[in-house]
Formats: sequence, structure tokens, C-alpha cells
Amino acid sequence: MKTFNKGGVHPQENKLSNDSAIEVFPLPKQAVVFVSQHLGAPSTLVVQKGDKVKAGQLIAKAEQFICANTHSPYSGTITKIDFATDFTGYKKPAVYIDVEGDEWMEDIDTSKDIVREIKLDSAQIIEKIKEMGIVGLGGAAFPTHIKYMLPQGKKADFLIINAVECEPYLTSDYRLMKEKAEECLTGIEILKKALNVDKALVGIEANKPDAIEHLTKISKNYKGINIVPLKTKYPQGAEKQLIYALTKREVPSGKLPIEVGCVVNNIGTAQAVYYAIQKNMPLVQNILTFTGKNVKQKKNLLVRVGTPIQSVIDYCGGLPEDTGKVISGGPMMGKAISDLSAPTVKTTSALLLMSKKESSRKEETNCLRCGKCVTVCPMGLEPIKIAQLAENRLWEDTEKSYAMDCIECGSCLYTCPAGRPLLDLIRVSKNHIGDIRRKRAQR
Amino acid sequence: MALLTVSGSPHVQSNQSTKKIMWTVIIALFPALLVSIYYFGIDALMVTLTSVVFCVGFEWLIQKYILKTKTTIGDGSAIITGVLLAFNLPSNVPLWIVGIGALVAIGVAKMSYGGLGKNPFNPALVGRVFLFISFPSKVAMSEWPLPKPLFDSSISDALTGPTPLLALKNGQVVDLWNMFIGATGGSIGEVSAIALLIGGLIMLFRKVITWHIPVSFLTTAGVFSLILWLVNPSEFIHPSYQILAGGMLLGAIFMATDMVTSPITYKGQLIFGCGCGILTIIFRSFGPMPEGVSFAILIMNAVTPLIDKASSPKRFGY
Repeated sequence: MKTFNKGGVHPQENKLSNDSAIEVFPLPKQAVVFVSQHLGAPSTLVVQKGDKVKAGQLIAKAEQFICANTHSPYSGTITKIDFATDFTGYKKPAVYIDVEGDEWMEDIDTSKDIVREIKLDSAQIIEKIKEMGIVGLGGAAFPTHIKYMLPQGKKADFLIINAVECEPYLTSDYRLMKEKAEECLTGIEILKKALNVDKALVGIEANKPDAIEHLTKISKNYKGINIVPLKTKYPQGAEKQLIYALTKREVPSGKLPIEVGCVVNNIGTAQAVYYAIQKNMPLVQNILTFTGKNVKQKKNLLVRVGTPIQSVIDYCGGLPEDTGKVISGGPMMGKAISDLSAPTVKTTSALLLMSKKESSRKEETNCLRCGKCVTVCPMGLEPIKIAQLAENRLWEDTEKSYAMDCIECGSCLYTCPAGRPLLDLIRVSKNHIGDIRRKRAQR
Repeated sequence: MALLTVSGSPHVQSNQSTKKIMWTVIIALFPALLVSIYYFGIDALMVTLTSVVFCVGFEWLIQKYILKTKTTIGDGSAIITGVLLAFNLPSNVPLWIVGIGALVAIGVAKMSYGGLGKNPFNPALVGRVFLFISFPSKVAMSEWPLPKPLFDSSISDALTGPTPLLALKNGQVVDLWNMFIGATGGSIGEVSAIALLIGGLIMLFRKVITWHIPVSFLTTAGVFSLILWLVNPSEFIHPSYQILAGGMLLGAIFMATDMVTSPITYKGQLIFGCGCGILTIIFRSFGPMPEGVSFAILIMNAVTPLIDKASSPKRFGY
């Protein structure tokens, strides 16, 4: 079975919410929608305090190149435009909405009918993806339309769809594939057309056999979509690793996937694209896995963007007694939440609750030089070496040890028997290298 | 409301730990210890216990009174050094010599560099070599205790005789099967090939070691000694004896694989193992002493940083 070529780990899968069908989360009374929810330049607000908005209405416009539109997920009144704290503790401009009913913009098709026929051509699709504020739902929130505007002289051979879901606990993509296979596949067909390629490769890990079977069956009705089972190994969902697993092509250091003729999007993004193109619906909701070993009601929820995290927790039976950590995303690459009153964003794919015991790191000892961090690094780096250099504040040397190639998958820290904070030290190195490079550029 | 922990990802860690690794090694050393107690009697156990007590004791004392740091004796690494040091000594060695060996192993070779993980040389081997050059008549004599099975009353007193390697060097005949099971003269832990192999398999199975160092070590030693033997069978020892005799298996399985003092990458470990194999056979075949494993490993320990530098993994995307 196919997989990537270097390193990797296999943490306990803990897909506890596998059997919970997607449930529509009730609308909150008040919502907070961040003006910018993507990687890139900030969007420009186009509404004011006191405005009445409908669900799907544009509230912030992309006016720069790497930028994305933001739409209101709710109908209601804008009560305030102010800074709000996001789940990692940063203050960002946001629109506060008092939710009234659920009235959508007239040109949005909210029916459940599957629309197969693609009327738009490549350029129109890309423009529409931009208009609908689609960002990559794999986690990075990179504006999707940019990926399809290929640089001069570059040609794509494959559309690659990331349905790997290699993070433990997460099940939203799995449920999506089981319940909304046609929407996903039509979305993939649209992306294929946008990219002008004949072939889409959908990578799914072998621990989801029924999703593989289901999608393979339905993909027979579509042309050029290959469902490829992959060996279960983390971090298969990392872009470069997935490309290698599916095509044996190695994206050069510091380069984008298009360098090897690939464009990668998440399966959730493909579904969002389906809604954008066929239903005229902007990206205002996503599927969120609510899970954790102590969580009684493990769920997969269809949540509108801007729902307070606390209200999701309350809906699922409240915070268990000994909760020590709440994570947005999976346990390997997710971010620890510092403020539960923060709202969800376009890319909030999971809320993972960990007990106090689970949330503390193991006791740290001296490095044993066992080399396991080197063995598991999917980028072929030597975390042990970068960490040593970082501890001695030799930032220039961390750059020479290729710290910037680290994809922050966390396999090194996960594996280290000595419990050394390897990835933390590499992250610090990357920050310093960033400073060094900026200074160098100024010179 | 209780405060939430906020930390960088990943938020889960494997269940491996330094302690688990060390205790796995200790368990893996048991078969060889049991065999030596069977053949060398209570003496073997006494030497081993003394060595362990001294090693752990010195580590504790040095950390408490000299370094003034938190003690780390619980991680089990000092116990391993103790057992391995004893394994390299004859069962009739005076116990005070064991104490000196432990002081050199822990005090000089381990703690003076900063303790676990920081030492460039295998502490047990440094201790052994120190004793070897300081008290040759006590630890590296030509007459070693011969096995006297625990329940065999036909042999009343402990006898001594040459180790297989020395006997072979002198042109005597040695029984391969006895060498395999351990019914032969030698250091406490080196005599039984089968017990050492079982220990190696335990460590391999529990992923404490990988096959790279032992296999490359033994293969290189085997091939090199085979070539020598083919060139001149009357002067050089047959490869099967080379592998089974002396500290070869103890060194290849337990000493050379010490992760602290061996290279990080598999590629580096293969180079390291080959180096150990070649040096051992050179020392054994052309040197003045029958043994060569300790020196071979210590020299390769010294080369380890260089090997690490030369054997960086191939990076993705270059």
C-alpha cells in the first residue's frame, strides 16, 4: 500500500466519534464573526454597526492578492464592530451579530438537491471560488482560488485531494465522505475543471475502509477521479508527504506543490467548492468533531462560523470535570485554546477535550541520543541537532541544519523517550531565522 | 473555572520513556546473569551486586554533594553500567577492585561529562579498561575461573584455566557448543552466547536497539576473520570461534549498541558496527592480548561525532 517515504509515527487513532452522524448545530443567539479568517492580507469590512444582514451576505471583501472574502453565516443585526479574542488569545477585528431567524440571500440554493452539471468554465469557477470566500479547510486557511491561478509556465498534472485525516480523534472528513460523497465528488470534478487536469487522486488512509469503499463505488459515476487507499501513518496529510505518497514526486524545499505539477486541497474544501459553485453558497459553515476520552456525547456537528466554542461545549453536555486542555484541531497539530468564549472560524474542524492527566507532558530527562527523532522525521531532518543548537542560541546554525524545512508535524516530540521539547525548540529557531532573514534582506 | 493548559503541539506523546528503555536493558541482561551464576556460582552474583551498588552509590553521591542536582539514579542507567562493568570482570575479582572500577566508570566516564546522555565513551568500558591496565593480574590474567555448575558436586573447588581465546591463541582445542551455552572460562557476562542473544532479542523486540550495530559488527568481524583464516589457518582463529568467544557478543549486543555513545542514524550505525568489527579482529589477531572488543568500541565511540556528521539523513526536497 502506498505511503510517504521518510519517517512517520502511528499514534493511537482514537476515532471515537466515527459512528456519530453529522448533526446540525442549532443557531446561537449571538455570534462573533472575524473579519479575516484566512492566511494573507486582511479583508476590508463592507458593513456597519446597525446593518441588517442575511445569511450568505458579504461582510468583508478581499481587496488584495492573497486575501479572501468573509460572509455572514447568519441573518440578524450587527450590534458591534470591535476586537474580539480568538481561541489562541489574539485580538482581531470582528463583527458581532444578534441572530434573528435564518434568512438566506435570495440567490443561494439551500435545498438538498444534488446538482451535477457544471455550467461554469475554468476562469469562472476560480472567480466564483474567490467570491464565495473559500479557504483551505485542512487547517492552513489559505485562500483556495490562489492555488488555481497557476504561475506563468507552470502546468498541473494532478489534482490531489486530501481525505487522509491522519490526525487521531478527527472524524469530520470521514463522516463527510460517508454522508456527502456526491457533494464531495462533484466538488472534486469542479476543481478538476478549474485546474484543467484529467486526473484527481483522492488519498484516504486504510483505517477508513468503508469510506474508501463508498467513495470508490460512487466515483464510478465520475470521470478521472481515483480513490487511493494509503497506509495509515502520520503525517500523511501533510501536503508534501501526501503528494509523495500519491505520485512519488518530491516537492523541492521552499517550493509549492505546483513545482511538481500538483495542486492539493482538502476533501472538506472540495465540498465547500461544490456549495459555492452549484448552490451559490459562500463558506459559512463547516463540520466540527467534538471529541475526547472523557466526553460523553462525541459528535460530528455542522456548525456555522462564529459560533461561540463554549456553546458547542454546552450543547454536548458541558466541560467534563477534569478537563485540562481544549484543543482546536487534532492532538498532533491542533492549537490549545486559551479562551472558550472565542468563536469558531472557517477552519475549526474539531474540539478535542483532554483530561488533566493527558494534558501534561511526560517527565523530561537528558537526551539519550537514541536517534528516534531522526528516524521519524518525515522531512529527513535531525531534530536532536537543531534542538541542541537552539539551546545554545546558535540560530544561524539552526538555519544551516534546515530548521526552516520543518513542517511542525510533531512526530519528533511525540516519539522522544526523554520527553525533550524538540518541536518547541525548532519553532523558536524558525522565529529567529525569520528575523535573521528579514535583516539580511534589508541589507 | 479551572485554568486550561496552553502549550504547543503535539498534545500527545508516545509511552516510551528513558526509564522504560533502561529497565528493558536491565531485563535483557538477566539471562546472561543467570547463566553466569549457574556456572560461576555466588561469586558472579556478588561481583555484579557490588558493582551495581557502587555505581548507583557513586552517581547518587556525586549528584548530591558535588553537582548538587536532582538525583537521576531512578532512571536505571547506573544499574546498567554496574551490571555491564561486572560482566566484563572475572568472578573471582576482589570486590575492592570492582569499587574502583565503578568509581572510574561513573565518576570519570559519566558524571564528569554531565551524566546520562552526555558521556562520549561507554562508562562500563572505560571502567573495565582502567582496571585492565591498572590491575592486569587481577582482571586480565591468563588463568580465569572455569565454570562449575551449581548443582554439580563432582567438582569440589573452583578451578581456573585459560579463556577460550587465550587457549586458541596457544593452539589448544575448545568446544564450540560449550562456548555457545556458556560452559567456558571468561568474564561473568561474556561466556554464554545463547543468553546474550536472548537478551539482544528482548531489546530488539522492545525496540530499544535496532539490528544495525550488532549485525554489522558481527558480520564484519566474521568476514574479516574468515579472510585471515583462509590466508593462514594455522596462525589465525576460525571465524566461528571469533564470534562466540570472549566479549564479542556482549560487546556487539550490549556495549556497542549503547545509544548515548553510538551514532544516531542507521547509516551511521552501520559504519560504527563495521569499524568495531574490523578493529576487534585487528586487535585480537595482531595485538599482544587475546581480547580487543573493549578497545575497538571505545575507539569507535571517539569517532561517533564524526560519523554522525558524515551520515546525515537525506533531506526531503533536496
